[in-house]
Amino acid sequence: MNTSLNWIKAMVPGLDDVTDQQFRDAMTLSGTKVECFTAYDKNLDKIVVGQIESVEKHPDADKLVICQVNVGDSTVQIVTGAPNIEVGSKGQKVPVVLDGGRVAGGHDGSALPEDGIKIKKGKLRGIESCGMMCAIEELGSSREFYPDAPENGIYILGDDAVVGSDAVEYLGLNDTVFEYEITNNRVDCYSVIGIAREAAATFNKPFNPPMPSKTGNSEDVNDYISVDIEAKELCPRYVARVVKNIKLAPSPKWMQHRLMTAGIRPINNIVDITNYVMEEYGQPMHAYDYDQIAGKKIVVRTAADGEKFVTLDGQERILNSSTLMICDGERAVGVAGVMGGENSMITDDVKTMLFEAATFDGTNIRKTTKRIGLRTDASGKFEKGLDPENAMAAMDRACQLIEELGAGEVVGGAVDIYPVKKECRRIVFEPERVNKLLGTNVSVDDMMDYFKRLEIEYDKESNELIIPTFRQDLIRTADIAEEVARFYGYDNIPTTLPHGATTMGKVSFKQTVKDVAGEIAQFCGFSQAMTYSFESPKVFDKLKIAKDSPLRKTVVISNPLGEDFSIMRTLPLNGMLTSLSTNYNRRNKNVKLYELATVYIPSDNEEELPTESVDFTLGFFGDGDFFTMKGVVEEFLERIGMRNKPEYDPQAGKPYLHPGRQANVIYDGTVIGYLGEVHPDVADNYSLGERTYIAVLDLSKITPMASFDRKYTGIAKFPAVTRDISMVMPKDMLVGTVEKVIEKRGGKLVESFKLFDIYEGEQIKAGFKSVAYSISFRANDRTLEDKDIAPIMEKILNDLSEMGIELRSN
Amino acid sequence: MMKERLQEIRERALEQINSTDSLEKLNEVRVSILGKKGELTEVLKGMKDVEPKDRPMVGQIVNETRQAIEEVLENARKELSEKMREIQMKAEVIDVTLPAKKNNVGHSHPNTLALEEIKKIFVGMGYEVVEGPEVEYDYYNFEALNIPANHPAKDEQDTFYINDKIVLRTQTSSVQVREMEKGKLPLRMISPGRVYRADEVDATHSPCFHQVEGLVIDENITFADLKGTLVEFAKEVFGPETKVKFRPHHFPFTEPSAEMDVSCFKCGGKGCRMCKGEGWIEILGCGMVHPHVLEMSGIDTDKYTGFAFGVGLERIALLKYEIDDMRLLYENDARFLKQF
Repeated sequence: MNTSLNWIKAMVPGLDDVTDQQFRDAMTLSGTKVECFTAYDKNLDKIVVGQIESVEKHPDADKLVICQVNVGDSTVQIVTGAPNIEVGSKGQKVPVVLDGGRVAGGHDGSALPEDGIKIKKGKLRGIESCGMMCAIEELGSSREFYPDAPENGIYILGDDAVVGSDAVEYLGLNDTVFEYEITNNRVDCYSVIGIAREAAATFNKPFNPPMPSKTGNSEDVNDYISVDIEAKELCPRYVARVVKNIKLAPSPKWMQHRLMTAGIRPINNIVDITNYVMEEYGQPMHAYDYDQIAGKKIVVRTAADGEKFVTLDGQERILNSSTLMICDGERAVGVAGVMGGENSMITDDVKTMLFEAATFDGTNIRKTTKRIGLRTDASGKFEKGLDPENAMAAMDRACQLIEELGAGEVVGGAVDIYPVKKECRRIVFEPERVNKLLGTNVSVDDMMDYFKRLEIEYDKESNELIIPTFRQDLIRTADIAEEVARFYGYDNIPTTLPHGATTMGKVSFKQTVKDVAGEIAQFCGFSQAMTYSFESPKVFDKLKIAKDSPLRKTVVISNPLGEDFSIMRTLPLNGMLTSLSTNYNRRNKNVKLYELATVYIPSDNEEELPTESVDFTLGFFGDGDFFTMKGVVEEFLERIGMRNKPEYDPQAGKPYLHPGRQANVIYDGTVIGYLGEVHPDVADNYSLGERTYIAVLDLSKITPMASFDRKYTGIAKFPAVTRDISMVMPKDMLVGTVEKVIEKRGGKLVESFKLFDIYEGEQIKAGFKSVAYSISFRANDRTLEDKDIAPIMEKILNDLSEMGIELRSN
Repeated sequence: MMKERLQEIRERALEQINSTDSLEKLNEVRVSILGKKGELTEVLKGMKDVEPKDRPMVGQIVNETRQAIEEVLENARKELSEKMREIQMKAEVIDVTLPAKKNNVGHSHPNTLALEEIKKIFVGMGYEVVEGPEVEYDYYNFEALNIPANHPAKDEQDTFYINDKIVLRTQTSSVQVREMEKGKLPLRMISPGRVYRADEVDATHSPCFHQVEGLVIDENITFADLKGTLVEFAKEVFGPETKVKFRPHHFPFTEPSAEMDVSCFKCGGKGCRMCKGEGWIEILGCGMVHPHVLEMSGIDTDKYTGFAFGVGLERIALLKYEIDDMRLLYENDARFLKQF
């Protein structure tokens, strides 16, 4: 919403001394947020109305002329090259910037410089020139808003301009336009009157809105038109009047200037009045050519499914049974609240017109604009749900302007179909409750003062506040509290801290596990990534995921930004691999990333929410290998108290991982995640030119197993005894099987064991590997002797031999 | 005779000690004089030839000689080892400006850093951190927050829909309702998490971002309490000099509602590029929980009131760390992440 400050000041005369900045600050603090403001005359300085007295040829330049211009107290000589000032011209009134003054921009209408352009006296081809006559572009505006300005040349002012007076004021450029952010609850503020009312209340000044006088001739409008509302629930009120003997002409300058401040181009008196009233009252109006209305009758009804209609922009629209239409006795003449029809639009030949001011159901209008893809200034207002009480006031104002401007003869009376009159809402006045909610001590008198400014009345008898119909947002005491707070001043409300029962600040166990995951990842050199939760369904092909994989069953967004953002991820790899790829392709070395990535597994029942769980996802390329990643996994598990040895099953079956370098991580029999090297095909798909490793740990499985309980066990007092075994085993036999034997047969005395050598190649027969373990035994109560250990070693060695493992002497 | 011998040993010993330049040689000298086969030991062995009456006197001289030599030896040893240490230290000088051997620890995402700070502040004030689903029922995201079907606010938020009843939540306020429904009062919570809006990706927009919602419900909670709490928050996050301004605003689920601006922490309020010359930066939306919202969750509005606020994590992170493009937050370039 843009409004001119002068337009506001016309209704709130007490604001004359308020500066732009003061206005902005005060309005923002009382709830009408000013986004920005533009003073048209910011860079207009020393510009007066001049009158050309004579124009002579320039002796040394064909395209220049020398003018003598009367600027009131003197006559100045100005040299110009403007094509519309010719030798012999005389008497034109023009805007003249005097020596030392400033204009907003150049005559070509290009972007305006921040500080304008300074004008100084000088010589043009040897002839002195004191100042400059201005084109409308030099004054910072354009032909769009001053249609009578020449395409290229000095703007000629009207005869009523007073020589020597302020030309900026004459042109209506001594104004500032404010742009507001109006919240959707304040429908009333989408109008000059609404903002002016707020301004008057904010500055506590009298408010003088327009008071339309009675209009119309002695005829009766009912002899011209009848109105029938069939779709009553969609059209609370319909007001119609008729204007005959229309004389189309340009609207007066003052009206054109005000429309300009709202960004509206002047067209002619009738269109301009319609737009003017829409801005002023916030009530859109529509004018039909009365002679095109069949049956002299208006019917408001919904369209038939598939009905076609040509709007006045020449476009054919396809309607359905929820589109509200304005029809005459035979056919549709307009899409209600959106746009009139081509068949009944006002043309230059119009003689009599039908004027409409109606209100429609906001939701219906909003849906219609969406469906037919047409949004207009009018629909933008209607869809907010307008106050039907305002419709008649706006109609009266429009008719008053028609009479004042001599645009036509208004027929007496109005057709007003208003089946259910809107009543003022009543709210019980609870001043203590207001103060209790705000934490203030505002007196009843002060509250009453604020209400008065807002046109809220008080019924002493029933102790009720009577809310004007234009304030549809005031429903209960909390709303009243906001009104009090706004005018008491949010700044004046004290600052306190809540007191009352102490509550415990806490973070859930689940979050703590996530936090620890992040800590461990960072200790291990991984930085935190964040990637989008939605992705493209093509991701599954990129990751070589089988066509029938359950991972392809996803939560699908019905209105995505595009295919790339259309499904919720069911596994976290695409984001990780994309981020690693970005880094690889930007030549970053040794990149390690982790993400606490939520995945979304759809429920079988579409009415139910999907299961959301967090995958602790790690990925890197550069220094390190599979076992580096395995180390990170184990560091994490240990830190969250999962101190049993995890198992690794190479048969993880992940299509996106290297078939020989992947494993499921199994803890106490549960698969809690997997890790591996990214399959070279997948690496290619992501343009990753280095071996890349990833690990994915499902925190929804891990969190229930995690624990931050710690129990100290005594530091050993007796020495450990170690035994080394070295063996040759088939290459494809997992060393994990050896470890299982050591654990199982070793019993309680085995304190730890460690693989210290693994070797393939020369001296070892093909298809075999040499492996060596060091086993450490210890007891808590004595120093172990050979007789304690020998039988255990024998059991271990026996089992290993039985598995076909060849033991070597040691 | 004996006396002269001892005197001679003593003098020779001192001479040898003084001319020694290494600890090894010094030790040789010690052994040659005081060792098992050393000269002085030999002299002691000759005590049997001394007249018994002279023995005490001679014994005393021998001991004195021994002590004197030992003392000189010890001094020489000290001096020498100090000298040797000094030489060693000189030899071992390193160039301390050579590069460090780092462990290459990883870094937090800036969003996480901002969230940690916020969490710390509110947990310290007795708030519980709770989470809720991102794929959410329309009811929790809209209806229970006083945004019924066909409410214009629903269009404004550009919601992603899964189906008629399920949306990607547009605000973490949805968690408010889930917590209120549990009926455990008083309630003090913050709820961080991901939210979604159908905005195209650019320098200031992302279709997926993070919010932290705060909610307090108790008896006698006032707008003044809301102000006080958020003033504390702003000072913690943006520094103790920060000034705070509350402006009336509108949210369907709070009444009265406000937006909070903080004085620009870069220019201190004078106006700069960061605050677009205004001196103030908009930080968050807040208000007193709308009585209808409380009622829908079964809370007695005659007894309880509450306040709520919602702050954009990315907004805080971008402002606080002076990041000029939101896309950086989701690209995960290591050179970017390393800075946090």
